[in-house]
Amino acid sequence: MSRETLIDLLYLFSATTFVLALKGLGSPKRARYGNMLAAFGMLVAIVATFFKYVDGHALHHVGLILLAMLIGVIVAVPVARFVKMTAMPQLVAIFNGVGGGAASLVSITEFVHIKSTHPATYVTLEVLLGVLIGTVSFSGSAIAFAKLQELMTGRPVTYPGQQFINALVGAAALVLIVIILVQGSTVLLWILLLLAFVLGIAFVLPIGGADVPVLISLLNSFTGLAVAASGFTLGSNLLIVAGTLVGASGILLTRLMSKAMGRSLSNVLFSAFGSVITASGDAAREDGRTVKSGSPEDAGVMLSYASSVVIIPGYGLAVAQAQHVVRELAEELEKKGITVAFAIHPVAGRMPGHMNVLLAEANVPYEQLIEMDEANTDLATADVALVVGANDTVNPAASNDKSSPIYGMPIIHADLAENVLFLKRSMRPGFAGIENELLYNPKTTLIFGDAKDTLTKILATVKTS
Amino acid sequence: MGNTLLQYATVLMLSIFVGIEIISKVPSILHTPLMSGSNAIHGVILVGSMLVLGAANTNLEEVLGFLAVLLATLNVVGGFVVTDRMLEMFKPKAKVAPKDTDEVAP
Repeated sequence: MSRETLIDLLYLFSATTFVLALKGLGSPKRARYGNMLAAFGMLVAIVATFFKYVDGHALHHVGLILLAMLIGVIVAVPVARFVKMTAMPQLVAIFNGVGGGAASLVSITEFVHIKSTHPATYVTLEVLLGVLIGTVSFSGSAIAFAKLQELMTGRPVTYPGQQFINALVGAAALVLIVIILVQGSTVLLWILLLLAFVLGIAFVLPIGGADVPVLISLLNSFTGLAVAASGFTLGSNLLIVAGTLVGASGILLTRLMSKAMGRSLSNVLFSAFGSVITASGDAAREDGRTVKSGSPEDAGVMLSYASSVVIIPGYGLAVAQAQHVVRELAEELEKKGITVAFAIHPVAGRMPGHMNVLLAEANVPYEQLIEMDEANTDLATADVALVVGANDTVNPAASNDKSSPIYGMPIIHADLAENVLFLKRSMRPGFAGIENELLYNPKTTLIFGDAKDTLTKILATVKTS
Repeated sequence: MGNTLLQYATVLMLSIFVGIEIISKVPSILHTPLMSGSNAIHGVILVGSMLVLGAANTNLEEVLGFLAVLLATLNVVGGFVVTDRMLEMFKPKAKVAPKDTDEVAP
């Protein structure tokens, strides 16, 4: 068997592990195994590549390759290992961004390399698509990272004529692609790179913080497509398979996510959602409605005498680092014979499934985590709904106020429970920036303060009563 | 062109269907790890980066190729480690008494 055939066989093995890994990620039991399998497949592919011949010779610059890899490992491992779980979405965004950047660089380098041989038009097209998609993913992910890391405002950034200008930049990129196809000019390729960079930024700026997770999923899919495009240029089936798998599954995942928010993908991407709230918010506050607030001790007593409690956690819980306290509280209540469940909204946290990860980290057994539909059945018979750090996911406006920007989003109906305890830092609206009617519901008692402090006080009361 | 391009296009088409088929059955609690896991998989661009740096003839190609390998390594390594860290936490209910688990507040 020739050397090349053996390497191709190893690549085939890697591609198979990727498919099996994605399959494994479909069940909690096999997911970790699946991820490790893919990592192993990746290792095999990388090692095999060291033995590959390019342009009829063994790989040059092996020292440089190893050096770049070493730097990469030294940077990536500590970052991935020690960054807090709450910062996970940003991490995924940035690791996705660098992948897009790499795909774009691979395409550019290949273009520079083969330019003198006057490549066929379709090869140039593959290069240009790789550069365009990869770069958009790179700069878009960078902005998404900045939004989630709160290096910039999470609110949509809008300016007059935005959509028109974006469309213009996009159209200019396409025209440029056609010109490069005809002329094969390297200078124009750099201009395309710049244009794609601007396009990525312009595309992400108007998207509000609450929608960024959907966006990351989409950008993840873009990077996959850019990798597939590089695969065409380099003639690598492995890159085509892996890139396309990620591209196709990413688009499907993106659609599932926007569906969980009750909106279409185009609405998520182009409506600058959450930028027009302040007006209605102020009006609501001025009409003089009052809210009922209570002390953590009141809440503790109410919980102690309930027979079933549904806890509805949101991102605020994670921000306050209160996962461990809430788990202790749940255990304490169970000891008193009270049924406790955690109702998880599909988009609670900053990414779908994010809240499950955070609670799992705090050792909440996942049998106690129930999904939205089940939660809404349980809530109808629950004595107390304890809302901790959630807001938009329990906002009744989503089901009864047609003018609300979140109208149509499925929510957890906390107001079905006998009583609602709403732990809140202030009267400020949530991530999507929308006033919450639930706060004014007569069933609702607000407990102001830091979620962790409040929960610690509630826990103390529960323990003694 | 003809045959090789067609062969790649075939692979592309089949991969699209496989990708869609596999994902359609994932429960929502695994969406985040799935996104992160597939993020690691597109780090396979590292293979492409190695090939372009390994074939580099000019300084420009060397610089671009070096950056590509560096970024791709970040993607691969970071992607797999983060995903593993997330999935580590999806343990079924511990059989030990809850007292046994760490009570230390972070």
